[in-house]
Amino acid sequence: MKPRLHRRRAAFRTALCYALITLAAVAVFFPIYYALATSFFTASESVSYPPKFFPSRFTFDSYREALRRAPVVRFIVNSFIVSAAVMFGQLITASMAAYSFSFLEYKGRQALFYVVLSTMMVPWEVTIISNYLTVKALSWTDTYWGLSVPFMASAFGIFLLRQGFLTIPRELKDAAAIDGCGNFRFFTTIAIPLSRPMLGTLAVYTFLTTYNQYLWPLLVTNTDKMRTVQIGLSMLQRDESVAWNSTMAGIIMVLVPTAILLLLAHKQLVRGLTSGAVKG
Amino acid sequence: MAQARIAVGMSRSRREGRKLLEGLLYLLPALAIFGVFVFYPLANSIRLSLYQTDILGNGQFFLGLAQYKEIFTLGEFGVSLGTTALYAAYLVIPGIVLSLCLALMANWRLRGIGVYRLLFASPMVVAVASASLIWMMFFSPAQGVLKFFLSLFHIDQINWLADTRWALFSVSMVAVWRTLGFNTILLLGGIQAVPEDMYESSRIDGAGPWTMFWKMTLPMISPVLMFLLITSTISALQSFGEINMLTQGGPAGVTNVVVYSIYREAFFNYNFGFAAAEAMVLFAIIMALTLLQFFVLERRVFYQ
Repeated sequence: MKPRLHRRRAAFRTALCYALITLAAVAVFFPIYYALATSFFTASESVSYPPKFFPSRFTFDSYREALRRAPVVRFIVNSFIVSAAVMFGQLITASMAAYSFSFLEYKGRQALFYVVLSTMMVPWEVTIISNYLTVKALSWTDTYWGLSVPFMASAFGIFLLRQGFLTIPRELKDAAAIDGCGNFRFFTTIAIPLSRPMLGTLAVYTFLTTYNQYLWPLLVTNTDKMRTVQIGLSMLQRDESVAWNSTMAGIIMVLVPTAILLLLAHKQLVRGLTSGAVKG
Repeated sequence: MAQARIAVGMSRSRREGRKLLEGLLYLLPALAIFGVFVFYPLANSIRLSLYQTDILGNGQFFLGLAQYKEIFTLGEFGVSLGTTALYAAYLVIPGIVLSLCLALMANWRLRGIGVYRLLFASPMVVAVASASLIWMMFFSPAQGVLKFFLSLFHIDQINWLADTRWALFSVSMVAVWRTLGFNTILLLGGIQAVPEDMYESSRIDGAGPWTMFWKMTLPMISPVLMFLLITSTISALQSFGEINMLTQGGPAGVTNVVVYSIYREAFFNYNFGFAAAEAMVLFAIIMALTLLQFFVLERRVFYQ
């Protein structure tokens, strides 16, 4: 009798847990769901009250409408080019710097490490005015250069990769040196391949943050041809009379690439990013 | 003998120089970018903050600290700072409490928990502009979803973005939602790092789930909480996207946070010098918080 009661109570508790967690998940996911649902509404459905919650049919009309109203594909391509450039730039600068800080020994290394560290204390917003003036002086406004070059190095990336390099045993380096393997060869053929997980984390993180940038592209682009996705999206909203369905269609189109990337790299990204904050 | 020692010494110093050169060579690309886009602009901002600038951003008259004095006596910037602090409070406290609840749930041992974790993380894929537009639709007074939900509870509609009492809070809701995914994942990582046998032994000692949460989980994840507290405060001080998308500082300036005010001052009023002075004040505040983070979490943020 008693174990059955116990079992029933456990079952009740599990059911309660499911109810609570489902409620929370629905609440968190609702805005994304609703954007997706709205993108399939007709224009009049998307402005009706009380609001609809399920599309009655499945057409891509609002997607076509969004593409007609703004060069969404062009925005996505722009963002891809800029994000890829920043990603490769950071991978190169960060892996080289991290190698210098973890495998090379020279006077002043620690001091230089602090110099790199100190850049973390300078918020981007503080330098943005001067950077804008610099980019303007270089005639880099409305170019991929202006959008990407300022972000091609980060203390965070250097940190992350340095942490990866520090896990490579020193003996490996000594053995390679005895075999006549120079620094550059060790760097490219051993250190880099061994740190692939960290490089992957940095690549995904950098790509995502660049793709989602807002303030800088807002400042340095002023033609539709050079707009990136986040700035381009507001074009879909500029016109007050416009219904929500095509705006949401634009959002979904812009969101798909990052959603796929995040789904694929989610676990590794989380592991890489939390390792700094969570583990000692 | 003495000569030999000198020779060894020389070659050693030459070797040292070579090593230094090689080390610097690997650092060169990163340092070049930092030099042009962090250190130079920082120095330039300090310089600009002391000048009255023309519309091209060239220093015209040297003002010294006059602009700083103006910042603190004019009151407008003080209001902006107060707004930012309130915004940070709206953002940080609900943000951490909600994500802690989600992280605790995500740690339950249930079938299909992976799907729930993914749903909890999902706001991560939505960037500032997209999140703002989705919520702008929710806030809409004509056909908004929020209006509908409130009407189910017989609550009159709220003018989310147009009401001076609600605007700042409304904007912060968007930011809380957008950052929920990442915060939850970070906290879940912290919760999972608590050793299982600690729970086992206290369960044997008869501790209930409530006691275990307060006496064990919370203290064990306090470093992660601290980290989140400081980093989300810093990012709240830097918020711009939601403000620019949703309210443009209005209504009646109640959402005019510091970064937005810097942006207006520099890129609408072309008052680069004054904006630079505002930016320097922001810099001082953020630097203080960052240093606090480094000292409080020294062992956890610095590896080695």
